Amino acid sequence: MTDNKKKLGLKDKYRYLTRDLDWEPSYQKKEDIFPHERFEGIKITDWDKWEDPFRLTMDAYWKYQAEKEKKLYAILDAFAQNNGQQSISDARYVNALKLFLTGISPCEYQAFQGFARVGRHFGGAGARVACQMQAIDELRHVQTQVHAMSHYNKHFNGLHDFTHMHDRVWFLSVPKSFFDDARSAGPFEFLTAISFSFEYVLTNLLFVPFMSGAAYNGDMATVTFGFSAQSDEARHMTLGLEVIKFMLEQHEDNVPIIQGWIDKWFWRGNRLLCLVGMMMDYMLPNKVMSWAEAWEVYFEQAGGALFKDLERYGIRPPKYVEQCMEAKQHVSHQAWATFYQYSQATNFHTWMPSEEEMDWLSAKYPNTFDQYYRARFTFWREQQEKGQRFYNNTLPQLCQVCQIPAIFTEPGDPTKLSHRSHVHEGERYHFCSDGCRDIFKNQPEKYVQAWLPVHQIYQGNCGGADVESVVRDYYNIELGVDNFEYLGSPDHQRWQLWKGEKPLAPLKQAS
Amino acid sequence: MSIEIKTNTAEPIRQTFSHTRRRFGDKPATRYQEASYDIEAKINFHYRPQWQPDKALNDPTRTCLQMRDWYAVSDPRQYYYGTYVQARARMQETAEHDYAFCEKRDLLTRLPEAQRQRLVELLVPLRHAELAANMSNSGISADCWATTITQAHIYHAMDRLGIAQYLSRIGLMLDGSTGTALDAAKRQWLDAAEWQPLRRLVEDSLVVKDWFELSLLQNLVLDGLLYPLLYQKFDETLSAEGAGDVGMLTEFMRTWFAESSRWVDAMVKTVAAESPENRAQIEAWIEHWRGRVVEALAPLAEKGPGQDALTAVQQEFATRLAKLGLFNQ
Repeated sequence: MTDNKKKLGLKDKYRYLTRDLDWEPSYQKKEDIFPHERFEGIKITDWDKWEDPFRLTMDAYWKYQAEKEKKLYAILDAFAQNNGQQSISDARYVNALKLFLTGISPCEYQAFQGFARVGRHFGGAGARVACQMQAIDELRHVQTQVHAMSHYNKHFNGLHDFTHMHDRVWFLSVPKSFFDDARSAGPFEFLTAISFSFEYVLTNLLFVPFMSGAAYNGDMATVTFGFSAQSDEARHMTLGLEVIKFMLEQHEDNVPIIQGWIDKWFWRGNRLLCLVGMMMDYMLPNKVMSWAEAWEVYFEQAGGALFKDLERYGIRPPKYVEQCMEAKQHVSHQAWATFYQYSQATNFHTWMPSEEEMDWLSAKYPNTFDQYYRARFTFWREQQEKGQRFYNNTLPQLCQVCQIPAIFTEPGDPTKLSHRSHVHEGERYHFCSDGCRDIFKNQPEKYVQAWLPVHQIYQGNCGGADVESVVRDYYNIELGVDNFEYLGSPDHQRWQLWKGEKPLAPLKQAS
Repeated sequence: MSIEIKTNTAEPIRQTFSHTRRRFGDKPATRYQEASYDIEAKINFHYRPQWQPDKALNDPTRTCLQMRDWYAVSDPRQYYYGTYVQARARMQETAEHDYAFCEKRDLLTRLPEAQRQRLVELLVPLRHAELAANMSNSGISADCWATTITQAHIYHAMDRLGIAQYLSRIGLMLDGSTGTALDAAKRQWLDAAEWQPLRRLVEDSLVVKDWFELSLLQNLVLDGLLYPLLYQKFDETLSAEGAGDVGMLTEFMRTWFAESSRWVDAMVKTVAAESPENRAQIEAWIEHWRGRVVEALAPLAEKGPGQDALTAVQQEFATRLAKLGLFNQ
């Protein structure tokens, strides 16, 4: 057996350790073993052309990941033992964690489920193995996030029922529907959505802002998670790029399908990220950079180079990308203004920026903040100081696709709300933008199914007949504890006690 | 003498998350509990899956068995990601040591040609069966309901890939890293008469739709008979024939089988105990698949550890089932 054949190189050896484990079935048909592979219209002529984006065998995976876990948990233990939550910049910061744990962590779990499914259903073993590794990594991320925030949950409100809330709370339907959308699609669209559009194109606008925010605000637990997950994320990004190139190279008929998915998932991702924009500009006591700056660095520059590279496959930059150039100056302010008005129905607190923070916003947004937002925010602050903190008691119109209230303004006119509608089978559906309406029109049978929280409340599917009982009983948000204004909240009072200050009396909460 | 370090204390306002408090009370929860219970979305899904429009995205009816609460199933090993990878890292460290030792001493290349041929024909082809087990467990983790069950299956899926890779390394050790032994073993898997019943069974398993049936078939029945036969009994045969060194290279598989059988048993036992209907269905599935597995293993037993070994393994398996509350009521 040890004949004169040449010893295998690394690449071929990895091939024997992964895809060569596979074989051509003869007792069952391939279509029956991989039933999800054809309905999306993607043509794969040769799975063997798949280039492994990384060469990691399981023994090495266990070894490296165990080392990372050991270090991470040592720091989490030290953080808890030393009451690290008292060393953060300010208790307002924890609200970013509440948004993260309820909005993002359950999506990591969804990513795990989605990659586990593709890890079974792709016809190529090399691609399956890469997806399975991402599946278990995503499980790692949700679990380590829960553990990193477990200690915060013992000292702050609003974190205590994150999965229950993720299934119910109005604004959490934005991230939930995003991942439900990806996971209910076929395997190729799922990977275009999550691996490419989300992980490769947009990760630096989601993962990095939260982790940098943690670093800037003294949150040792979360930033340690971030550093620990960094090498996983790098692997996920290389998978995203390989997936897209592989599909494009397999067949020219794939190009228009993939272009459609890139358009869709770019727009959905861009909408989802307005939550991150608001976090960066308003929720971090120590700010990292503005949302507009992050968009410029991570999307316009890095994304620009990427789409230049994809040009040779016939792929153009996503549709409506030019609208984002203008919107980056507005979305974070519009989102924060909305959450400020609806704090009675969220598991985190909101507040108006201080004069100093408004000056920072004005410097970062020289063409928009003073012109369109400062006066409104100053007015609200003054009202609040007079004991008339504003809460909006009507429920907003949600976009049928992204599920964000229709709060964004018209491209080219920041004084006019953007609103689109479309009649499908006799019913009129409402949208925040052309981008979301396009997505609907391409697949109306999918988006008519959306579980829109406001509609559901009005239809009586969320328990109570009024917002207060929905929030208390259906969402399990503890009134006056998890929700409302930050100033005078129990979180704020406890923070003041830790810092040796006299706690501020709670504000009158109702408007 | 004791020393006391003064620390900054802050009384917690709650001991754990609400999802663990509802199950276990307001006391500090374990990391396994906080990361495993009620993590998965349960209601208000937005869209029906395009690949299975008659079900919700997460749906407890992807098996015909019913549980009031699938979280009644838990992993006696209490594995969440961190404890799982650390346990496997320790096992791989031992394995690495053993593989390096065999390589350094040329233990496999010094075996008589007939023995080496036997390994290529009877042991190395199992890497393909492991790949199917890997696929099935990954698919089950996507199909099943409750994080305590999904996570056990994805760990199991990755374990199977790891085992397939260890088996491949045995092949590479036999052929001096040229791949010829792996090619020969694959021809066995594809063409040799004694492997065809098993390959047919494995391919049939890849089209089983009910995730619990698939987990039962793969993780309880097939593994429950194949592992004792080909990793224990066959190892004893090899030892008796003077090829005991091979045992160093399959120790991972034996340790793994003993450890991972614990959660498989826990799952089956809990689900069977839930209702007479569950138990009856589980017994029917086992009845159906056990016959096929024994039939598939018979020609391999013939070539390796012998039919008596297969009979002994079947008896041990029957004892295991009885301990799970099956076939004894």
